[in-house]
Amino acid sequence: MKPARLFADYGMVFVLALLCALFSALTFSDQSPTGEAAATQVAKLLRQELSSPARVLIATRDQPDDVAYASALQRLLSGSGSGAQSVSVVRGEPKDAREALQQLAAKGERLDAIACTQATGAWLVFSNLQTDFPSLGGPRIVTPRSYRWPNFLKSENLLNITNQIAVIAIVAIGVSMVIITGGIDLSVGSLLALSSVLTARLIRDYAGGVSASPTAMILSSLAGIVLCGAIGAFSGVMITRFGIPPFIVTLAMMLVGSGLAYILAKGQSIYQIPESFVWLGRGADFLSIPNAVLLMAFLYGLAHLLMSRMKLGRHLYAVGGNSEAARLSGVPVRRVLLFAYVASASLAGLGGVIMASQLKSGSPTYGGMYELYVIAAVVVGGTSLAGGEGRMFGTLAGAFTIAVIQNGMNLTNVESYTQKVVLGLVILGAVLVDKTRTNR
Amino acid sequence: MIGAPPLLEMRGIVKSFPGVKALRGVDLALHAGEVLALLGENGAGKSTLMRILGGAQRADAGTLLIDGCETPFNTPQDSQAAGVAVIYQEFNLVPGLTAVENIFLGRETTRAGLIDKRSERERARKLFERLGADIDLDTPCRRLSTAQQQLVEIAKALAFDARILVMDEPSAALTAHEVGRLFEIIRDLRSQKISIIYISHRLDEVFEITDRVTVLRDGLNVGDRPTASITRAEMIQLMVGRKLTREFPQRTTIPGPTRLEVSGLRHGRAVCDVSFSVGRGEILALTGLVGAGRTETMRLLFGADPREAGEIRLDGRLLSIGSPSDAIAAGIGFLTEDRKTQGLVLAHSVLENFALPNLQRLSHQGFVRERSARDEFSRYVKQLQIAIPSEEQRAGNLSGGNQQKVVLAKWLARHCELLIFDEPTRGIDVGAKFEIYLLMNELVAAGKSIIMISSELPEVLGMADRILVMHEGRITGEIADPRSATQEQIMRLAIA
Repeated sequence: MKPARLFADYGMVFVLALLCALFSALTFSDQSPTGEAAATQVAKLLRQELSSPARVLIATRDQPDDVAYASALQRLLSGSGSGAQSVSVVRGEPKDAREALQQLAAKGERLDAIACTQATGAWLVFSNLQTDFPSLGGPRIVTPRSYRWPNFLKSENLLNITNQIAVIAIVAIGVSMVIITGGIDLSVGSLLALSSVLTARLIRDYAGGVSASPTAMILSSLAGIVLCGAIGAFSGVMITRFGIPPFIVTLAMMLVGSGLAYILAKGQSIYQIPESFVWLGRGADFLSIPNAVLLMAFLYGLAHLLMSRMKLGRHLYAVGGNSEAARLSGVPVRRVLLFAYVASASLAGLGGVIMASQLKSGSPTYGGMYELYVIAAVVVGGTSLAGGEGRMFGTLAGAFTIAVIQNGMNLTNVESYTQKVVLGLVILGAVLVDKTRTNR
Repeated sequence: MIGAPPLLEMRGIVKSFPGVKALRGVDLALHAGEVLALLGENGAGKSTLMRILGGAQRADAGTLLIDGCETPFNTPQDSQAAGVAVIYQEFNLVPGLTAVENIFLGRETTRAGLIDKRSERERARKLFERLGADIDLDTPCRRLSTAQQQLVEIAKALAFDARILVMDEPSAALTAHEVGRLFEIIRDLRSQKISIIYISHRLDEVFEITDRVTVLRDGLNVGDRPTASITRAEMIQLMVGRKLTREFPQRTTIPGPTRLEVSGLRHGRAVCDVSFSVGRGEILALTGLVGAGRTETMRLLFGADPREAGEIRLDGRLLSIGSPSDAIAAGIGFLTEDRKTQGLVLAHSVLENFALPNLQRLSHQGFVRERSARDEFSRYVKQLQIAIPSEEQRAGNLSGGNQQKVVLAKWLARHCELLIFDEPTRGIDVGAKFEIYLLMNELVAAGKSIIMISSELPEVLGMADRILVMHEGRITGEIADPRSATQEQIMRLAIA
């Protein structure tokens, strides 16, 4: 493939990589290890630098990260072959540390090292040990070493991005199909809310609320998706049988869906849902990748296969490219269009279920403006609103581009109003680039 | 052939569109392994008949028989199943799909639910080999040349073993060399017992490639002869055939000195080096077949398309026309062929339509002077005898004749000296036509000049002071005295 063609097809991926590099450079900063990682590092240092057996005091604050650090370090040091003879732990404020040191001094014990975190290592109480507590024998202060690494590229942050974009990316699959046929779907945000509300309500009212069984939860979720699919089918029939423009039909369905969601939820959030319902949205069973992200990856694989290798996919492109030619070639144009709208609505329904799971509640306010973010993702991904062209992985790259820009701006402390301005301009820029490419 | 039923028989095909009876009971027969020429003037019903054969449109009445058996042709699928492939004039390829994807569109080969790309490519490669076509299988069709796209269409037909191939003006957009190649392919297909219906306006081609000729006129089959036993003149006579049925108003004025002079107008292949002039009080008719470049020439004159070369002079003064507003400022008005999409804002009132190009004059400090617009419009309503219940009437609800008059009023209010009428009476009933003709005569009597584009030969002969005939972007002839000219004469120049 020629470089120009390569850039044309995967230009968005290139831009995405560039954005990632930019935000990596901008968020390059000191990282101090915490918890387990810090404990492993300090244990290694202590073993290298001290003659065994050594006596060690671990001084930390009373915080979850510090507690994890202390207990891990204690375990590592007192394990067999570690060389440490006695290990004591003090947790809390500087005055707690002073008390502990005074007690040790009073008992006449000696101390070889004090293992600290970055924060406790700077406490004043440890700054003049030679003069304050001469009897301890001048213990060394050991802290975990800091290193430099971009905040953006930390694995938690990257997982955070994927988890945040999963819903939009999944909904964008269906909307891509619709846009490839030359149509548009504005109803997905409302359908997402409707699905979340119906699912939550079925669980609360008919499946036993917080004690609902997994089967009942699955059936409730399916009901949410099927309802959305049915609304999609209705839109599809309006468009194919009665020739009403997709913009109008789905605009109407956007209002209908949102209204139904408010009616079903009586205007409130529904949160009487079992704790286990969050499995889909927050769980991470495989390689600590969130389940929602795995589902997204699976759906994109499937959609790519459909669009590139299956009859239906080719027909979607053909209908969007020249619907009369498709009809004259024997393509069942109406059925193909119907499929696109049902798929789009059903995936919006699935998005609603995932969102309900992530937030452990259903609410009619979910998915506000999502239709626009989704369309932005599709368009940024290189799909033409005129129809007939576009790639699934382009849409995925588009969704990620939007997420990365938002995340990167959060990390670099750009406030949310400016974020909107930048995002708007980026969308425009992406389409402009695409336009100059197709005009060639 | 005698004894065996023809491969295809169309019997009594009728098709009406709102206001027009396109086909009035057409019979047509096609035998195995023959190339049939389907001839006729613009609007004779050839394309409609072929759309019915392709299943793109349903006939109102009539039957189609394949090998003597009645066969449904209600959908494109029916037509394909009967072994018919139609290559329409505007190609029906999906621009974003590749040649292979287009060839198998709607008939994809699948294996375990997935498209078997390898076998499709293999078959496409063999088809292209058989056609001697050198086409990259992976290039999107929008990047292929017209000739290549045509080959993809032919390959598409062969891919499902079509026995009948319809080609609607296949040579119109091809170079001479490409046409030669096309004929080789047609002969090759004929030797493989594939029957071909060939629609063309180029009689030379008809003599070269076809075995039999069927002529349509006004939605009827008016002649059916072996190509070998018909002359060129007979063909033209069959196509034109009808007698002058319409009357044209008498005109006594004589054209004055030259006002507009156009020389060396050029734009791509549509308009090649066109020069002409129009005199004061003259009606110049520009005729030829659809696609001959008549409208394109006028669009260049009007500044609607950029011209590559050419000079335009009005009253000896060189005009620099770069946009329609330049042309309008110079006093040129263009009454487009398609009033519905280019001439009028259908959803607006007739008054608003009238005021639109005249707003500059009719407004004061940014506000439209409603009163003077109304007054001025009512003058034209009277002068042109526009039949409207009120000035608030939506333009879309008017008859064709009245729409044409509103458009005319628009231009007259701009004090245009040269008016271009593109197919002025298309879609207008006979009575209203006469009124439009009268108006044109009044305009030239008042010293204005008119260029009239028309495909209706009686109209051209009856109205014009002088006739220019175009063919493939060039002026192929001038008839200085229309009163003594014949339709056959024009047709010969138009077919060239």
